[in-house]
Amino acid sequence: MERVVYLDNNATTMVAPEVLDAMLPFFKDRYGNPSSMHSFGGLVAKDMLRAREQVARLLGADNDFEITFTGTATESDNIAIRGILGYYKEKKHVITSTTEHPAVLNLCKQLEKEGYRVTFVPVGSDGVVDVEFLKNSVTEDTAIVSIMHANNETGVINPVEEIGAFLKERGIPFHVDGVQAAGKIPVDVNKINCDLYSISAHKFHGPKGVGALYVRKGTRMRPLIYGGHQEKGRRPGTENVSGVVGMGKAAELALLHLKDMPKVAALRDKLQKGILEKIKTASINGAIEKRTPNTLNASFEFIEGESILLYLDRKGICVSTGSACSSGSLEPSHVLRAMNIPFSKIHGSVRFSLSRYTTEEDIDYTLQELPGVIETLLTISPFWDNEKKVGKIF
Amino acid sequence: MWEYTEKVKELYTNPKNVGKIEDADGVGHVGSVVCGDALTLYIKVENGIITDAKFETFGCGSAIASSSALTEMIKGKTVEEAEKITNQDIVEYLGGLPEQKIHCSVMGREALINAIADYRGEKPPIEDEPHGEIICHCMNVTDEDIRKAVHEKGVTNLEDMMQLTGAGTVCGTCIPRIEDIIEEEKSRCSVTPSCCDEPMTNLQKIRKIEETINAVVRPALKRDGGDIELIDINGDDVFVRLRGACSTCMTAQVTLENFVQEELRKNVSPKLNIKLA
Repeated sequence: MERVVYLDNNATTMVAPEVLDAMLPFFKDRYGNPSSMHSFGGLVAKDMLRAREQVARLLGADNDFEITFTGTATESDNIAIRGILGYYKEKKHVITSTTEHPAVLNLCKQLEKEGYRVTFVPVGSDGVVDVEFLKNSVTEDTAIVSIMHANNETGVINPVEEIGAFLKERGIPFHVDGVQAAGKIPVDVNKINCDLYSISAHKFHGPKGVGALYVRKGTRMRPLIYGGHQEKGRRPGTENVSGVVGMGKAAELALLHLKDMPKVAALRDKLQKGILEKIKTASINGAIEKRTPNTLNASFEFIEGESILLYLDRKGICVSTGSACSSGSLEPSHVLRAMNIPFSKIHGSVRFSLSRYTTEEDIDYTLQELPGVIETLLTISPFWDNEKKVGKIF
Repeated sequence: MWEYTEKVKELYTNPKNVGKIEDADGVGHVGSVVCGDALTLYIKVENGIITDAKFETFGCGSAIASSSALTEMIKGKTVEEAEKITNQDIVEYLGGLPEQKIHCSVMGREALINAIADYRGEKPPIEDEPHGEIICHCMNVTDEDIRKAVHEKGVTNLEDMMQLTGAGTVCGTCIPRIEDIIEEEKSRCSVTPSCCDEPMTNLQKIRKIEETINAVVRPALKRDGGDIELIDINGDDVFVRLRGACSTCMTAQVTLENFVQEELRKNVSPKLNIKLA
């Protein structure tokens, strides 16, 4: 493979060179344990504190101690939701949405098995959560509401500020899965009025294996695992120091580079325009105006997404798909299904996700290679009449 | 990312026999756009020999590769020979498929069955849309298939269900669901036990055939470097395949009739007929 065009940044991102440089000393010279009483470890504790401040700034948090470092955002989501349920034991109702990441969705399905009542708030065909439905679902018994800030597959941004204001009035804890928002759009936990906010370092050019959970001062919750005093007992265990420092650096850079996001959006829009012009079976999934600047989810009707992915892979272009065939579970995208998109389009959906490192050449190359791939697969498809150039399933 | 063999990669990159045969003698279609998998197979038959085969697929890389493999495998074969191709043969041709992709080879075989039925002027035995919810994605087995097996074949445990339907035999992730469904149906049976009366004898028969093959037939054949595999049981017809030295042995048919059939008739039922699958 000669050229690599990486358009799968919602899956993971390149570690920024500055982040790697910031991390390396912690594998060699600065190996101290931040909990140690001697100054060798104490210095490392200071580095952890700086990282906490950097992450707090990215999220607009008031205090560094409101940031808890975790292993992954999945872990953050679990600590948040189970932590609240562990404290408010008498409350047995949870509200979430149908398009959540599996980290929240499958946790909520498990909670149902454990006897909780879970309301899965639907989304419109644009992928935006139905806020009125959510408001009407709230009861005295509601322990927590968990809604994602931006969707990983479509990039669609939910009106979390409106939901947060509503829940604050009623004193209901609000968790936001912000994995796909942090570093892509401005995040301010005070404007959102959320109590908990989960993020992951590797989605914004930090290392894998480190996440964070914002916990608003005064939020009452119980830990999931028990151990030492680290992370205020919310996530005991010796810290992943190099990861935490890397996450801090990545957060600092992400905040700095938010100003570059209009450029990323311009490239995304160029890709979108090119696809719609060159490929007549293409359509866009999700609210065009309410998306993270880097994400484009397009469907290529009558053909199957994994084939598109494999053919693009041979050209060095990395994307992902919502087709059933490419998922380990063999289930088509639950997000696109929740949006009532027809199966013929779901199976042919492709997600292109850019980053601040994506270049115009990357987009031009993709636009040059993609139409040929789609055409080849259409000729193989039983649902496409090659002579009449029309689909046959409707 | 799936681990595809070089053969699979080669065939999805440069698929063979893509397209339609306008004057096809048999057309087989399976799958649907809802499942995310569909395959249409066209065959041309002259004097009982498949002279051409083409396909169109809405499917992933391994569906394209499986379809290519199938069309290559059946060309030049008689319809009867082609009919004997199993999904495992397709998998072997491809040098293997990831577990979650075995269903692509199953789809290939199903399209072939339908195409042959169409050529013979029969109704396609495999329906486009499976009835019920697919429980085993690898072998394409639905909850209805499993429920039916409990009531009509008297299957009451996981092992027999796997043997009969193939469900759960590949990646195994659906096994808890299969067990749940068997339990569900069994509890329903205890309310009206009569529904399982007749098929229970069928199950006993299947078990006895298996026991006889394992305890008597197989050890004897193994002494001569051969082996036998039970493929299917349909009424009183027992379908087997000979392995090892037996598969190339000139006297295989004699062995089958004089020894295997005799043993089964003696131990299980005098009505049994042994057949090569």
